[in-house]
Amino acid sequence: MKVTVDEDKCCGAGQCVLIAPEVFDQRDDDGIVVLLDSAPGPDQHALVRESAAVCPAAAIEVTEEA
Amino acid sequence: MRAGPQQDDDAGTRPGPPSGVTIVGASAAGLSTAEALRRRGYQGRLRLLDAEDRLPYDRPPLSKQVLSGAWEPSRARLRGPDQLAALNAELLLGERAVSLDLRNRSVTTDTGRSLEDDVLVLATGLAPVVLPGQDGLAGAHVLRGLDHALALRRDLVTAARVVVVGEGVLGAEIAATARGLGLDVTLVGLGHTLLADQLGGTVGGVLTDLHTERGVRLRLGTAVESVVGDGGRVSGVRLTGGEVLSADVVVAAVGSRPATAWLEGSGLPLGDGVETDARCRAAPGIYAVGDAASWFHEGLGRRLRLENRTNAVEQAQAVAAAILGADRPFTPVPYFWTDQYDARIQAHGMPSPGAQVSIAEGDPADRRFVAVYTEGGRVTGVLGWNMPKQARLLRQEHLAPPDARRPPQPSVR
Ligand SMILES: Cc1cc2nc3c(=O)[nH]c(=O)nc-3n(C[C@H](O)[C@H](O)[C@H](O)COP(=O)(O)OP(=O)(O)OC[C@H]3O[C@@H](n4cnc5c(N)ncnc54)[C@H](O)[C@@H]3O)c2cc1C
Ligand code: SF4
Repeated sequence: MKVTVDEDKCCGAGQCVLIAPEVFDQRDDDGIVVLLDSAPGPDQHALVRESAAVCPAAAIEVTEEA
Repeated sequence: MRAGPQQDDDAGTRPGPPSGVTIVGASAAGLSTAEALRRRGYQGRLRLLDAEDRLPYDRPPLSKQVLSGAWEPSRARLRGPDQLAALNAELLLGERAVSLDLRNRSVTTDTGRSLEDDVLVLATGLAPVVLPGQDGLAGAHVLRGLDHALALRRDLVTAARVVVVGEGVLGAEIAATARGLGLDVTLVGLGHTLLADQLGGTVGGVLTDLHTERGVRLRLGTAVESVVGDGGRVSGVRLTGGEVLSADVVVAAVGSRPATAWLEGSGLPLGDGVETDARCRAAPGIYAVGDAASWFHEGLGRRLRLENRTNAVEQAQAVAAAILGADRPFTPVPYFWTDQYDARIQAHGMPSPGAQVSIAEGDPADRRFVAVYTEGGRVTGVLGWNMPKQARLLRQEHLAPPDARRPPQPSVR
């Protein structure tokens, strides 16, 4: 799994951090998403997919490749 | 067009997944429901119907980046063509649902087609309210869809004076964007501060000061009687006292109503939106999601209908789970954000006007703070003003986790 984030779209909601704190964080000053792990392990996949699904800015893209 | 076996039984107790799902409204809530169904392993037929003949797009940028011109409209697309193709859904665009028959769960469209299915999901969002006198006047606008945003932008770039009616989130955002384009902006609203209904007077007051500093003329506590025009073109608005504010462009941002007119007479419970139970079910096999849905929030012990982007996608997860047999109430912590000038305001929970407000971090004078809303000794809302991360941390500390089935969040104390 490969994860990318679009900082320009991110509205700093932090929904992703609430769901998958091992993969996403937020910058302290403006709350914009910080990708901690762009190729997270299988234990994180479900949480990352859910984060992408509920991100209100459609800023997280997940590509499912081996 | 019959796809499954006759379903006269209660679809809610139907064993196994449905054979087909038709979703009416293919925007944030409808599309997210479709994606969530697939993500949860649903492999049956999926149809998405939308009145608009456009690939699904996102609305929050319409009053911000699209209206200001910072983004090409295509940037507001919700998903790329590949992602839509991967959904393996039938996208019926440019076709409007005009009625629903509860008995066989079928939707009739404006082409005369009848779409019958095991499960129907209603996700038709809102229709904006217009002001008396505005219909048919050039230069008089509402803002809900992309066409609205592009038409308003076309008018704003050549206008000098704009009157925005409505002191809620949408009106305030449009005023901020129009100031950014250099226009002379007057905002007229019934409330005594901006966003008083959404955020209360304390934070509303800070926002009102910000707009004043940025040069917006505010006419608060003031009602508009009608939009006035001259030769088919808007010329301003008339206030209830008779005064006329002249303008080249008028934007009505005076609220929206659930787009449920097509459901009238169907027998579905319609109040302030499609009324559902705590599991987002309006009738056997029929669900409602997003801005148009009024569901029973068990945590709050009352009905709630939210008009925000996060709810559209969160409720979509709950509806998809319910369709596939889960039996859990939908009890989210509401969340919305708004961007105005350099202020990014984020509201978690229910920051209602009646609550006590205290500043937990930062300082409103620095335009960087977190406010905590308390009612009856309980924290009911957390609001961040240019402090997103701190607000989110306080939300985690004070407000219930968004979904109990998630693993416990690490403590932030
Ligand atoms: C300008 C603007 C700015 C916003 N900014 C923010 C923000 O900053 N933060 C935030 O949290 N929220 C914001 N929102 C709110 C957010 O966009 C909505 O909550 C969200 O779009 C709701 O999604 P929905 O799918 O329920 O409804 P909608 O997005 O309204 O989608 C409903 C869909 O149903 C279709 N439809 C309607 N009737 C029919 C019919 N009879 N047959 C077929 N199709 C039909 C429509 O064409 C539409 O595509 C904003 C909204 C607007 C308009
Ligand atoms: S959920 Fe989306 S918008 Fe929110 S912080 Fe994460 S990436 Fe940004």
